[in-house]
Amino acid sequence: MNLRRLFLILTPYAWLLLFFLIPFAIVLKIALSDYAISIPPYTPTLDISAGWEGFKEFVSELDAENFAFLATDALYYTAYLSSLKIALISTVLTLVVAYPIAYGMAQASQEWRPTLMMLVILPFWTSFLIRVYSWIGILSNEGFLNQFLLWTGIINEPLAIMNTQNAVYIGIVYSYLPFMILPIYAALEKLDESLIEAAEDLGCSKISAFWLVTFPLSIPGVIAGCFLVFIPALGEFVIPSLLGGSDTLMIGKVLYEEFFSNRDWPVASAVAVVLLLILIVPIVLFQRNEQRQREANQ
Amino acid sequence: MKRTLLSVAAIVAVGAFSASAEEVHVYNWSDYIDEELLTKFKEETGIDLIYDVFDSNEILETKLLAGGSGYDVVVPSGTFLSRQIQAGAFQKLDKSKLPNLSNMWDAIQERTEKYDPGNEYSVNYMWGSTGIGVNINKVKEVLGEDAPVDSLALVFDPANMEKLASCGVHMLDAPTEIIPAALTYLGEESDAQDYETIEKVEPVLTAIAPYVQKFHSSEYINALANGDICVAFGWSGDVLQARDRAAEADNGVEIEYHIPKEGALMWFDQMAIPVDAPNADGAHKFINFIMDAQNAAAASNYVYYANGNKASQEFLNEDVIGDTAIYPDEETVSNLYTTTTWDPKVNRNVTRLWTKIKSGT
Repeated sequence: MNLRRLFLILTPYAWLLLFFLIPFAIVLKIALSDYAISIPPYTPTLDISAGWEGFKEFVSELDAENFAFLATDALYYTAYLSSLKIALISTVLTLVVAYPIAYGMAQASQEWRPTLMMLVILPFWTSFLIRVYSWIGILSNEGFLNQFLLWTGIINEPLAIMNTQNAVYIGIVYSYLPFMILPIYAALEKLDESLIEAAEDLGCSKISAFWLVTFPLSIPGVIAGCFLVFIPALGEFVIPSLLGGSDTLMIGKVLYEEFFSNRDWPVASAVAVVLLLILIVPIVLFQRNEQRQREANQ
Repeated sequence: MKRTLLSVAAIVAVGAFSASAEEVHVYNWSDYIDEELLTKFKEETGIDLIYDVFDSNEILETKLLAGGSGYDVVVPSGTFLSRQIQAGAFQKLDKSKLPNLSNMWDAIQERTEKYDPGNEYSVNYMWGSTGIGVNINKVKEVLGEDAPVDSLALVFDPANMEKLASCGVHMLDAPTEIIPAALTYLGEESDAQDYETIEKVEPVLTAIAPYVQKFHSSEYINALANGDICVAFGWSGDVLQARDRAAEADNGVEIEYHIPKEGALMWFDQMAIPVDAPNADGAHKFINFIMDAQNAAAASNYVYYANGNKASQEFLNEDVIGDTAIYPDEETVSNLYTTTTWDPKVNRNVTRLWTKIKSGT
């Protein structure tokens, strides 16, 4: 094995070590510590000058009682479940909205496609935070949407959308839409038109050709898009805190509260570690799916 | 105290000409100073002032407790300050470097001793109260002409809240602010430390929570000013800021701030020097500069908050010193209370109770 190859293989592992495993080890270490009023606000801290003995003593003081604590209070698993529910519903909604857009883009003529692609990506040029903020202006009681609906006479009372779960769904679907559109579009664009022609020649209606040919062939894109939306939506904090009401319980918010209101870094870290474990399952599934696809393509 | 925008830190760097010049790094609440003062400090002392802002005590505390924040002067609120002193986050002030200490107001100094015994670590910057902001016309429309806008009953009596829910109510998302108020409403000790007493607020708050559109600590400024909500239980200066914004926008929204007659929480934002401040000497110069009577007055005239500087009062504009919402009369002041920090165990129970009240879980 030559040096170049070794370098190529080691680089991703070094990357993983530096930006994933080491930070994770630090968080896990804090999760195993105890709360203290000090700088930093937990104990024990590792004293490198004490050498091996110091390290042994440090390890002996770590324990998993913060994880046990998470099991004692219904708040934590209710929040995990509620986050899962919100993430699942938003993923489905995003798929329903994104698929027709991606399909339309793939059907558009060649010269239009780059423009349409650009339009999907364009919102990213504005800060995510500002885009979420602007929804407050649209959805609030005195916002554009209610003003418009009142003006048309469809409603007499402003709709209460802002600060409800529905506003959270709107926010998530809007923010993550491009992550769903792009992989589906990529799958649909590769689709061989002659397959549809063949299906129609063999007596398929346009609709059944879509369900029997187009949709199954776009499934890899659909799965990729769903993971890209589901995973960040699960740990979402900004959207529920800006658009959601007080009763929107999500694990990101619980984590924030543990960290900032209770100043309990160890419990906050334990919540984060558990969240990571929950996320690893879909990430592993996602990877398997990618791999299977790669093998199928070879 | 708290300001709009979720901006974690908007940096206003005033004149950074050479890297070798002396620098002092100040970390204060956003929209909390007359920026001309920053230029003036540079002119008078020749020290480069790097002025940075935050919008929540929690953000500041996290930076302090993580260590190595790089700031020379920070401005936490009283309850946070006292815990941070315990954690060893600050250094004692060298009072020989602070000749302007003689300008300070003893009435305020006495109260801040609760957080910082002997005022050894901190000097007051601004203070205010937590009370009721109302869109007066909308509230009267809903509750009638004799709406109890100067009473805690407005926000803690479910009968009132049920009606107000139609025009929108916001409350601070801070148990440290709402629970003492609810205890006062119940006639309990506002600074109760035992959880059994604190727990008594649960039925009161659970009964009104469904009518609160949102518990949030800064959105109410805009929401009040735009007319999206009609009542906010929040900080004095923020409500006054909403009042000014509404007046500027000329949108027909009229905002008033009321200190509840049952009593209200008085809070203090205190200037202090982190234990690892790179330029403690410059930090003292900055604090002394702010304690100058005219400078303190300029800051208050700009931000519409009361300061703890007695000597500055002769330089205050009439619409500041004369406004009882900013400088309440003596009787009202005697009715204002302060609170102390709960111990970590009670604090955890309170945070848990707060989540239960807000989310029902």
